[in-house]
Amino acid sequence: MHDKKGYVKFTKQMKSDYVILAPDMLPMHFKLILCVLQNEGYNIELLENNDSSIPETGLRYVHNDTCYPAILVIGQFLEAIKSGKYDPNKTALIMFQTGGGCRASNYISLIRKALAKAGYENIPVISFSLMGLEKHPGWKLSLPLLRKLLYAVFYADLIKLLMNQCIPYEITPGDSVKKSDELMKYLTNGIADRSLISYREIKKNFIYIIKEFASVPLKREKKIKVGIVGEIFVKYSPLANNNLEDFLLREGAEVVLPGFVDFCIYSVYNGIVDNELYGINGFLKPAQKFAFDFLVNKQKDVISLIKEHSDFDPPTPFDQVISLCDGVIGKGVKMGEGWLLTAEMLELNEQNVKNIVCTQPFGCLPNHICGKGMMKPLKESHPDINIVAIDYDASASKVNQENRIKLMLSNARQASGIKAITETDNEEIKNREEALSFG
Amino acid sequence: MTKSYSVGIDIGSTTAKIVVLCNNTIVFKKYERHFSQVRKKALELISEAKDYLSRIDFTVAISGSAGIGLAEASGIPFVQEVFATREVIKKIEPDASAVIELGGEDAKIIFYDGTPDERMNGSCAGGTGAFIDQMATLLAVTPDELDELSQHSERLYTIASRCGVFAKTDIQALLNQGAGKADIAASIYRSVVNQTIAGLAQGRKITGKVVFLGGPLYYCKGLRTSFKEALNLDDENVVFPDYALYSVALGAALYSQSCGKQYTYSSLVSSITENIDTVESADRLEGLFTDKDEYFAFIQRHSKATVSFIDISTYSGNAYLGIDCGSTTTKLVLINDNFDIIYQYYGPNKGNPIEIIKEQLIKIYDLASNRIHIKGSTVVGYGEELIKNAFGVDKGIVETLAHYKAAKHFQPEVDFIIDIGGQDMKCFKIKNGAIDGIMLNEACSSGCGSFIETFAHSMGYTAAEFAEKGLHSTAPVNLGSRCTVFMNSSVKQSQKDGATVEDISAGLAISVVKNAIYKVIRASSPEDLGKHIVVQGGTFKSDTVLRAFEKELVREVVRPQIAELMGAYGAALHAMHIKETTLISSEALKDFSHTVSSAQCQLCTNNCRLTINKFPDGRSFISGNQCEKGLGKAKSNSSGINLFEFKRQYLQNIPSVKGSRGRIGLPLALGIYELLPLWHGIFTDLGYEVVLSGMSTRKIYEAGQFTIPSDTICYPAKIMHGHVEILIKKGVDAIFYPCLTYNFAEKDTDNHYNCPIVAYYSELLNANMDDLRYTKFLYPFLNINNKKVLAKGLFDSLSAISPDITLKQIRSAINNGYSKYHEYMDEVKKQGELALAKARADNRRVMILAGRPYHIDLEIGHGIDKLADSLGFAVISEDSIYHLAQKQPVNVLNQWTYHSRLYKAARFAADNPDVELVQLVSFGCGVDAITSDEVSDILTDSGKLYTQIKIDEITNLGAVKIRLRSLLGVLEERGEAANA
Repeated sequence: MHDKKGYVKFTKQMKSDYVILAPDMLPMHFKLILCVLQNEGYNIELLENNDSSIPETGLRYVHNDTCYPAILVIGQFLEAIKSGKYDPNKTALIMFQTGGGCRASNYISLIRKALAKAGYENIPVISFSLMGLEKHPGWKLSLPLLRKLLYAVFYADLIKLLMNQCIPYEITPGDSVKKSDELMKYLTNGIADRSLISYREIKKNFIYIIKEFASVPLKREKKIKVGIVGEIFVKYSPLANNNLEDFLLREGAEVVLPGFVDFCIYSVYNGIVDNELYGINGFLKPAQKFAFDFLVNKQKDVISLIKEHSDFDPPTPFDQVISLCDGVIGKGVKMGEGWLLTAEMLELNEQNVKNIVCTQPFGCLPNHICGKGMMKPLKESHPDINIVAIDYDASASKVNQENRIKLMLSNARQASGIKAITETDNEEIKNREEALSFG
Repeated sequence: MTKSYSVGIDIGSTTAKIVVLCNNTIVFKKYERHFSQVRKKALELISEAKDYLSRIDFTVAISGSAGIGLAEASGIPFVQEVFATREVIKKIEPDASAVIELGGEDAKIIFYDGTPDERMNGSCAGGTGAFIDQMATLLAVTPDELDELSQHSERLYTIASRCGVFAKTDIQALLNQGAGKADIAASIYRSVVNQTIAGLAQGRKITGKVVFLGGPLYYCKGLRTSFKEALNLDDENVVFPDYALYSVALGAALYSQSCGKQYTYSSLVSSITENIDTVESADRLEGLFTDKDEYFAFIQRHSKATVSFIDISTYSGNAYLGIDCGSTTTKLVLINDNFDIIYQYYGPNKGNPIEIIKEQLIKIYDLASNRIHIKGSTVVGYGEELIKNAFGVDKGIVETLAHYKAAKHFQPEVDFIIDIGGQDMKCFKIKNGAIDGIMLNEACSSGCGSFIETFAHSMGYTAAEFAEKGLHSTAPVNLGSRCTVFMNSSVKQSQKDGATVEDISAGLAISVVKNAIYKVIRASSPEDLGKHIVVQGGTFKSDTVLRAFEKELVREVVRPQIAELMGAYGAALHAMHIKETTLISSEALKDFSHTVSSAQCQLCTNNCRLTINKFPDGRSFISGNQCEKGLGKAKSNSSGINLFEFKRQYLQNIPSVKGSRGRIGLPLALGIYELLPLWHGIFTDLGYEVVLSGMSTRKIYEAGQFTIPSDTICYPAKIMHGHVEILIKKGVDAIFYPCLTYNFAEKDTDNHYNCPIVAYYSELLNANMDDLRYTKFLYPFLNINNKKVLAKGLFDSLSAISPDITLKQIRSAINNGYSKYHEYMDEVKKQGELALAKARADNRRVMILAGRPYHIDLEIGHGIDKLADSLGFAVISEDSIYHLAQKQPVNVLNQWTYHSRLYKAARFAADNPDVELVQLVSFGCGVDAITSDEVSDILTDSGKLYTQIKIDEITNLGAVKIRLRSLLGVLEERGEAANA
């Protein structure tokens, strides 16, 4: 039986001969992050299995009322382990753990329980936690490593940001994805060396990324912009949100996705707020302040580089994001996405992205407050804001979700005077046919 | 002038509509149920409009949730239905301020005045047309009859309509209690109205001219009246238009004009037919049988578990009667000394089990004449007490026991029984000849028999036909395994994908089975169940369900031939021990009649609505009560030990004194419950008069229900809105509910958080309750673990209402608050120890009713503590006992203060043979998804039973009672086994 007291540690020995599996949460970010870790000597692999049976497998091993992300992560892990592709005696798992008051802090425990239930109690689960909630001898987050990981996040955020602004307008379909693939390859090849150590190199890379995307030929066309906010997993993971981004693109929208960097800064900032409000962990204050300033400044650098080298819309600086929720929600609301979720909706509104899909797992506790709970004041103070809240769940039907999003899109189109894609599509098809018959 | 034609097709979840417009005038319209044949029905409707369309060009658009797939496949323009409605009403009724539209499964409100807005029901809301249909089926009336009935009602009952399943449970309970159908019908409508207003309007007032659309509102007069009354609208402000059924189709037709794409009759038909065979292969499962041989082998195998039947008209001798008065059906079995069945009955309750049982008894007595002597009778099921009272049945036994007795008869080695009935799913594990564990479905997951039946009817089949079809499915649809509301949506999705009735039937059966195995039993593999499995209950009469179950388990099981009669058979077996019967005689039966009336209990503030059944000999039976007071019964098995009651009294009796600084209101809900002594102490010391909102009642909930933004949040949070409303009405100077990320730190935990809801609910209240704008609302972020920081936080906050307040005063007040808090917590612990000692002296079983501090609230906890007390348990709370427990390491991050007590309380129960733990879990509590598994593990690892009771806005105490009695039954059996 599983030892009640402790957990299976990831030892130094394991580092050399174990494969570590990571869940598919933020596909682009994780690719870069894993690359950094691989260069540190970890044999780490991103899981990309996405069978429709994943939720069901998850449900078998975890309480059905647990949040959807936990069900998916567990389902994905167990399907991978059972697939025979990995030797269960030489496999470890890794999961992020924030340690906040949200259920998500318990994902690690739930994964372990699920593993025990499935007969794999010997598989170590590494807690990727900045708070150092657990100790694993074979796993160490040194400061230089953290720095590298952070830059990887910055890179991924930037690529995602620019790619999203290109895809709907590209003249040759597939250009932006191709560009992003090339850049990812370029970065992953170079990520071992100076590209993550010297900030000058990093800045050069930022500029390179910006210029590369700026070179994608685009049409000048007006499209509806739709922002996606919400619980971090469902917001980013196509597995969790039924390919929401693809759906919105097919509907002719431009997707605006607030960056993961914001979530990282938010996590740091919460420490500072904790200290201000409750007077706890005062000794961490200087470090937190340093980390906060460091991140905010780096984000500002990226913003000014975008402005300098392109016409792309940059993200809103985080200190400004913070001030957006003044008078709306307290900054002490820090469980889950907390006040950041509300702030991101306001940020989108500021950027003139009035159409928003607020995603959450069914029954997500913090989002009752920060998402659905804040719709009323947001709509009152910004009558033109067009938000739809969508619950994601193992059995929630896609057609219901899409029907609701379609309503939001119809309103968006009416407000902006842009026609639905089916009509333009048909015209396009017609034009193409004509062109063919003439050719 | 040329005429321009446009066509709108609206395919909703249950019906399809078509409208043909000529210069914006309707020239043709048609409305039909599509029975999930979306494409076929669309073509039929189009062909019916052929006369208008065959010689012209026209535009066309599709709308409706089930129409998305058709539109995508055929390339016909699509318009979202709410959008379509909004635009069309803007044209037809320019001065409308709101539209309320109820469809098959959707409910919508569109607001025009002020900030335009649309609301659609969330994914967990079933109070709509399909819901009304289901309820009509439950009452065994047509929807028209339901409407007619509703117009003769005298009183309204509270019925939950947030979720169809909850409502069914409520209605079932009402039916079993003998409430009138007319009243229930009207209550069903009112619940739909409340759901629409509370769930969709969410605080936004519906005033001005309101247009009512959609099938249910078009057909049901009673529903219209109910809306009018609830919204307080006068005649000129309500519009029930003739086009109520067609508004979406009309909107689609108008929309098509803006798309410009022209169709002819033949091009429209071909664009649909060309795509009619594109069945998506996604999300299909394997068929139930691979070939005919497998099918025949299956049928062969299951014809073995039989009973002999003896002809009642020739039999003479002793007989024993078993009655199972279940939630939807009534079952009777009469057996002889050889266990042969001499009479059996199985039929629906039709909302009146008493009449049915009366008829059956008359029939039995007639057939039996003088040859047969009924020596004993036993009743089980929901209606147990009612039937026992009505007909003088000798004994009532708990269902679990009856089922075990019956199952053992067929499979002496049985180690697992699963019974799926109309509303309930029950599973028992059997170890060493005694029931070892009981699992019952929670109210939210009862995708049981009546659900399949209702579904069959909605698609135009009987349950048997529908089940038969499922056997022939080659590719059952994958419908997931959550609650029935979700299944409705999933069926919608599969309809969109062109699934056949066969595939849907098989898919539903598989869902029910998966629901049972993975949700109720929570098994991760078939081995978890056992070797000798007996399946029973009406739902397993369906071969499709049976086969799906075997297939999922990869194991052969025994289904007794009398699968649906097992409860009654077990009861009859039990009746064999009875020496002399008190069963009503055939003479008395002839004069038997009963009347039902209602009353409101005045004995406490709960004001339970009582249903009184009066019988001819002057006896009466009262139900609807939450406690025993209203029953006027003198004899009771009460233990007199109830820590919940102690806590309630303690907290309510903290004296408030008039103060110079004004009146400060504390909402007695969520985090205030336990910390009341702290805040009360601080504010009283500072010179404020503390005003409490009081213990919750249904009325308090209703006072605030219209400002709740998230309909899936827990009831303890929802009720907070009412408490704040009460305080505002009391005219306090300020209301206080602080944001506490952290609760008090306690020993042996990883952290001491509050859950996100308890921690930050005031942010939500502030954002959603307009009434708070006129009252000072204080909700500072505070740290109660650090006096200095707490003082600073309180000072900043209180300065706003009392500018003269000083930090020094606050510091000293905090000391007072702390001592009051510790006094309380210590007293609870002391009382816990005393209770334990007294229970042991009295030789009583102890029940730790473990939950949150706010579960002691009578409205939230539904008085389950009193129920447990009346069953003879000494009731104590988790916080009164956790300090006595051994250290309990846990497998999860132990980071919430309230929740960590659960683990220790579980440890204590595990270590003490006379102590049981029952966990109260509020529906929607995400954190308990984590704690309940852990608590369960701690208990079961020590061979203890784990019982969980899910509570919500409405809780069926009847079901809770069955659960607690089952627990008691098992404990007694185990005790006997141990002593033997």
